[in-house]
Amino acid sequence: MRYSGFRVIKEALTGHKGWKPVWREPEPKAHYDIVVIGGGGHGLATAHYLSKVYGQRNVAVVEKGWIGGGNVGRNTTIVRSNYMLDGNEPFYEFSMKLWEGLEQDLNYNAMMSQRGIINLFHTDGQRDAYTRRGNAMILNGADAELLDAEQVRKEHPYLNFDDARFPIKGGLVQRRAGTARHDAVAWGFARSADLHGVDIIQNCEVSGLRIENGKCLGVETTKGFIGANKVGCAVAGSSSRVMGMAGMRLPIESHVLQAFVSEGLKPVLPSVITFGAGHFYVSQSDKGGLVFGGDIDGYNTYAQRGNLPVVEDVCEGGMALMPMIGRARLLRMWGGVMDMSMDGSPIIDRTPVEGLYFNGGWCYGGFKATPASGHCFAHLLAKDEPHPVATAYRLDRFQTGRMIDEKGVGNQPNLH
Amino acid sequence: MTQTNRLEGGQIDRNTSLSFRFDGRSYTAHSGDTLASALLANDVRLIGRSFKYHRPRGLLTAGSEEPNGMVELRTGARKEPNTRATTIEMFDGLEAYSQNRWPSLKFDALAVNDMFSNFLSAGFYYKTFMWPAAFWEKLYEPIIRRAAGLGSLSMEADPDEYDKGFRHCDLLIIGAGPAGLMAALTAGRAGADVILADEDFALGGRLNSETFAVGDHSASEWAAQAVAELSSMPNVRLMPRTTVIGAFDHGIYGAVERTGDHLPSLPAGKPRQILWRIYTQKALLCAGATERPIAFENNDRPGIMMASALRTYANRFAVTASQRVAIFTNNDDGHRTAADLHAKGVRIAAVVDVREDAPSSYDYEVLKGAQVTNTKGRHGLSFVEVSLPDGSARTLDCGALGVSGGWNPNVHLTCHQRGRPVWNEAMAAFVPGADLPVCMSVAGAANGILSTHGALQSGAEGAAKALDLTGALPDLPEAEDAPIAQTPFWYVQGCKRAWVDQQNDVTVKDVKLSYQEGFRSVEHLKRYTTLGMATDQGKTSNITGLAIMAEVAGKSIPEVGTTIFRPPYTPVPIATFAGRMKGQEFHPTRLTPSHYWSKERGAVFVEVGNWLRAQWFPLPGETHWRESVDREVRQTRASVGVCDCTTLGKIDVQGTDAAAFLNRIYANGFAKLAVGKTRYGLMLREDGMVMDDGTAARMAEDHFVVTTTTANAVSVYRHMEFVRQCLYPDMDVQLISTTEAWAQYAVAGPNSRKLLQKIIDPEFDISNEAFPFMACGNVTVCGGLRARLFRISFSGELAYEIAVPSRYGDALMRRLMAKGEEYGVIPYGTEALGVMRVEKGHAAGNELNGTTTALNLGLGKMVSKKKDSIGSVLSEREALVEPDVLRLVGIKPLKPEDKITAGGHLMNTDGPVDAAHDQGYVTSAVYSPILNSNIGLGLVKNGAERLGEKMRLVSPLTDLTVEVELVSAHFVDPEGERLRA
Amino acid sequence: MIINHPLLGPRDASEFTYLGDAALIDRPDWQAENAADAFYEYGYLRDNPSGEHQELWYHEAGDRSWLVVTRNTLTHEISKVELARDVARARGRSK
Repeated sequence: MRYSGFRVIKEALTGHKGWKPVWREPEPKAHYDIVVIGGGGHGLATAHYLSKVYGQRNVAVVEKGWIGGGNVGRNTTIVRSNYMLDGNEPFYEFSMKLWEGLEQDLNYNAMMSQRGIINLFHTDGQRDAYTRRGNAMILNGADAELLDAEQVRKEHPYLNFDDARFPIKGGLVQRRAGTARHDAVAWGFARSADLHGVDIIQNCEVSGLRIENGKCLGVETTKGFIGANKVGCAVAGSSSRVMGMAGMRLPIESHVLQAFVSEGLKPVLPSVITFGAGHFYVSQSDKGGLVFGGDIDGYNTYAQRGNLPVVEDVCEGGMALMPMIGRARLLRMWGGVMDMSMDGSPIIDRTPVEGLYFNGGWCYGGFKATPASGHCFAHLLAKDEPHPVATAYRLDRFQTGRMIDEKGVGNQPNLH
Repeated sequence: MTQTNRLEGGQIDRNTSLSFRFDGRSYTAHSGDTLASALLANDVRLIGRSFKYHRPRGLLTAGSEEPNGMVELRTGARKEPNTRATTIEMFDGLEAYSQNRWPSLKFDALAVNDMFSNFLSAGFYYKTFMWPAAFWEKLYEPIIRRAAGLGSLSMEADPDEYDKGFRHCDLLIIGAGPAGLMAALTAGRAGADVILADEDFALGGRLNSETFAVGDHSASEWAAQAVAELSSMPNVRLMPRTTVIGAFDHGIYGAVERTGDHLPSLPAGKPRQILWRIYTQKALLCAGATERPIAFENNDRPGIMMASALRTYANRFAVTASQRVAIFTNNDDGHRTAADLHAKGVRIAAVVDVREDAPSSYDYEVLKGAQVTNTKGRHGLSFVEVSLPDGSARTLDCGALGVSGGWNPNVHLTCHQRGRPVWNEAMAAFVPGADLPVCMSVAGAANGILSTHGALQSGAEGAAKALDLTGALPDLPEAEDAPIAQTPFWYVQGCKRAWVDQQNDVTVKDVKLSYQEGFRSVEHLKRYTTLGMATDQGKTSNITGLAIMAEVAGKSIPEVGTTIFRPPYTPVPIATFAGRMKGQEFHPTRLTPSHYWSKERGAVFVEVGNWLRAQWFPLPGETHWRESVDREVRQTRASVGVCDCTTLGKIDVQGTDAAAFLNRIYANGFAKLAVGKTRYGLMLREDGMVMDDGTAARMAEDHFVVTTTTANAVSVYRHMEFVRQCLYPDMDVQLISTTEAWAQYAVAGPNSRKLLQKIIDPEFDISNEAFPFMACGNVTVCGGLRARLFRISFSGELAYEIAVPSRYGDALMRRLMAKGEEYGVIPYGTEALGVMRVEKGHAAGNELNGTTTALNLGLGKMVSKKKDSIGSVLSEREALVEPDVLRLVGIKPLKPEDKITAGGHLMNTDGPVDAAHDQGYVTSAVYSPILNSNIGLGLVKNGAERLGEKMRLVSPLTDLTVEVELVSAHFVDPEGERLRA
Repeated sequence: MIINHPLLGPRDASEFTYLGDAALIDRPDWQAENAADAFYEYGYLRDNPSGEHQELWYHEAGDRSWLVVTRNTLTHEISKVELARDVARARGRSK
């Protein structure tokens, strides 16, 4: 069912009786050309691009719970393409362009809001690194601006300029960055994939991968065996568990990232802001809540919850940066399980098992990548070769020394 | 203004009269009131507006579960949006304003949304605002944003203090109602360390709201007596005004104590709120239950409230919401409200009970098997329409309607560690599941025990069980023991607009539409309709929404599922979580030993991690920082300069295996370093990247002093402990960080030796022969003060570093300056230090960025292949040793005055300027007063083989293109003659 | 979280710094024939179990002991805390 102005008015006047389910609830078929494990943002986006761009119609997405219930429904909704390294920036800029056309592509309003992002810096060293990064962005066709402290003050007068332990020296701005309505992204991709014939199968947990003679034949699930020519895994924090079913160990650890939202407030923040001297980033949602976060808790975990020290650390950062939020109340805290990779960058690649493909290692930056991740994974699944903007995301890059380490902290996932 | 709705009795202090203002109008209240009870007393029913349709909103409840009655409290920088009137303790001079309305509460322009509610159904955003494409960002979204949100922030820094604290106990009791009080008495009398916390300012919970007896007393009197006894116990700590907000791992509970919110203004230095971390062996959740509403047509008008709230207002606060009240109930508890109000002289219009077999009353009319079908009244309820079982209709005039749909146990904290509540069919409610947070148990209404006697008993038993008490339980006072039977009745069939979530404007129809469109799991329902996402987190709405979803899905409620609750139990100011860590106190500030001296000299300081270091030392007449820095560099290179380098990490390494240990830690060899010698050490991470660099001085056969960079002092020490304890546990080697034990100064420049000879006691020969480049040793200075001397150089000059115990650091700096006067000694700061190290081509933080190998930095040969050291194996991976890997080079503009930008990228002289043709980047850039040129260091593909090549340095970000030449990174004294002079 | 330090008793986890899987104790032999592969696996591949996990914590704000903590990554329950040095010795590490 296509959404249009006419349709919206008609339904409003006739009691909304005509709206149909946004996706079907099919039973799994015995065999598909491609089965995508994971009905999160990346899995659903993969299904959308497989069906709409790469002409693959015999596709299923299997999801152990309800779609959109993982990190796509738990993140802080930030979209940006402000990366430094050649392996990353073209990919994220590709993603940004997909975001910019997403609503029209999906016929679904994911409320992409290009409110801009500013990464503040507080030392000369940070300024140098941001200069390098901003230049890399521009050289890759993205937009970037460097603001000095006075320019930052003009745009964000409520920041702490007078009593700061680490004074703001400036900021790197990407105007095209912003936020999107995270749940709607999952729903929009699901709806589109469903319209293009993809079976989205909820409450269907994968319990095993059927592998014979080094080839993956399909997935064992709580709804029985589902055969497939190709199986793609896009399960974020559960990556090690699922790929472990194929006997693989991954360069990934699972960690919890907490996120927070305040009570609804009249507009106060014009853009996304990240603090450079503490763990704090924030934006304001269309509903008015301050959506914010900071560092991961730092220990391996599969529990979608964190502990108080990080809550305090994040709020300390917030108060240090913008003490006018002190009397805003934190309404809700939650956690998502992050697939923290060994260099902080993702993997979209074939695996040693024929017919088994892997997409993961998104750390806590997977949301902004959702369209490009889906597009590139679909490309890989459909054509058996990597999409040109995702060639660096190889599984074997750690063995060959081709890490993509934006932060420069090496093989310790909880530092990325 | 008279308090027209004030009744007799209650637990307020009628002897104190407090005045307060709401939306600019003055009213009076009593001590013991909340803002909510005071507003009702003054017949103010309209308090706010709903989120989406801007419908008039009044109070729904009398507690922290309140979804509607929110105000902006206080003014100026202390303005506090979204504050529940039901939890605001009245104080004299209180000021509050309604919010989310314009221009006024009574006339709100956005109430027009209500007329378009057909268009604003659940999920309407997602289907629309897409045409034309550009309009979303430019038109629709800005409008939505302005309309959205509730209260507003002052935009000023929060001026209040906040604090944090830690408490420990054997038993934490959460909630001081009948179960909590009885538990505390049981545990307290047994001698256990008990904390009893309750969010209310008056302990007692529902006991303060009821008229029945407990033992020989009224319920509230019994509660007061229990509190008095508990107050007298030294082992019991009572924490009123304290909300336990979350259950975290291993028995750690977060609690927020509101120490100052009930005061007109804070005493100087006192915190407004305190965040407590309570460490407890056991926790007993006695959080009670929340009454649940029934949804019916137009059930959201001001005056329509929870029946139990009406009872609380009447019994505790001596207030009625109206002089004429009706009740709509599906259980006996609603009748209690009617009886209590009637006893207080309030007219009961009728009790509308959905049950055919509802109890009768002599005092007021009971309409059995009846339902409320509609309500009227623009800014407040004026009458309700009732349908009777025979199909006829009745109209009841009333200014308030009490609604009771039964009670939901407050299971919130049981879910904080992913425990799921279970459905109890008998009481048609979720009760705590088996999967509780470790060390938690539940008693009273929170555990589904809905009688006072049951609560008292389960409190006593719960405490005894948690603490393994063996003796007899205390005698329980007699109390009512009539558990309320609950038959579910969620909403009145056939209603068109019946609210489930009153703050977010989610109606029964929205829930049904959610199902119709396929959003059928609980989480989809929540996210699609925003049900339960408002500031009350669905405390009064979640279950109803779930029940409606279950009905349309033809499933049972537990089949549809439950949403779990997340911390915090009620919203907490962000400032409370931050405590004192804000402003200058955000991080501790570390001062160098020469800090105060530097301050006297007028130094400009810079943050380096938590340290403050002198950046440069301006002299009178110097107007630009470059003047100062250039002078400091010139004078150091011409004569002598002193720089405080205490911030560098210092690690003492001792033991017979100390050399063998360092051989593993460093990529280059240390086994053969002679005593009295220092060596530059290159430390790799296990992944082969350079981790840090520094020096190791062999003070004795079994004693080394290792230095690290300032930035990595902590992480390097941690790494060395890891290698020592986890990899080589049998090595005889001990480590201790001495960073703060020694004040250390670099004394650099051709006259540095002469200066030091005036400081170091004469028995120590530091001539070039006796103490050559890279020598080290213990000396004494200034007549016997022990010191360490290292002949090492970061500046490239003849230079030393001298260390004395920290407490002598200030004195040594002053002595060096005094003794060096004849050489024109100057202090130099981090900027001059940075200039000189770039001139010398030393890598520092900008080059040691965690992605560079020894090969990248031109130090590839230092990585010994003859021994095992951390990082050596992985540093040889194919991509790290390819011919065109980045190499460190010097960068010089063809025109010396052309500025170089760190972070600029390097491109070949010809060809496109884009990422695909990137050759490398500039890591550091300075102006060299020695070369009279801007210079820089950079990492360039195969750079070592490209010296002499011309390139373009581009920085589109700063609009810069400069022609440069690649040169050796060693701009000054490439042969190292000065070092050895 | 609370870590029951074998020498110091229960301590708040915020006194500690986390490193990762205690398999990091098992550093390969640099001279082995397959050293390159072994170091790659040691440095980069992780079991990352959901359930019991032996992991390294460092008492940074305390006595600077490295500990091996056996903790469940689903429930966070800690079943065992040992000095990493003892574990390392037990696993055959020496000098």
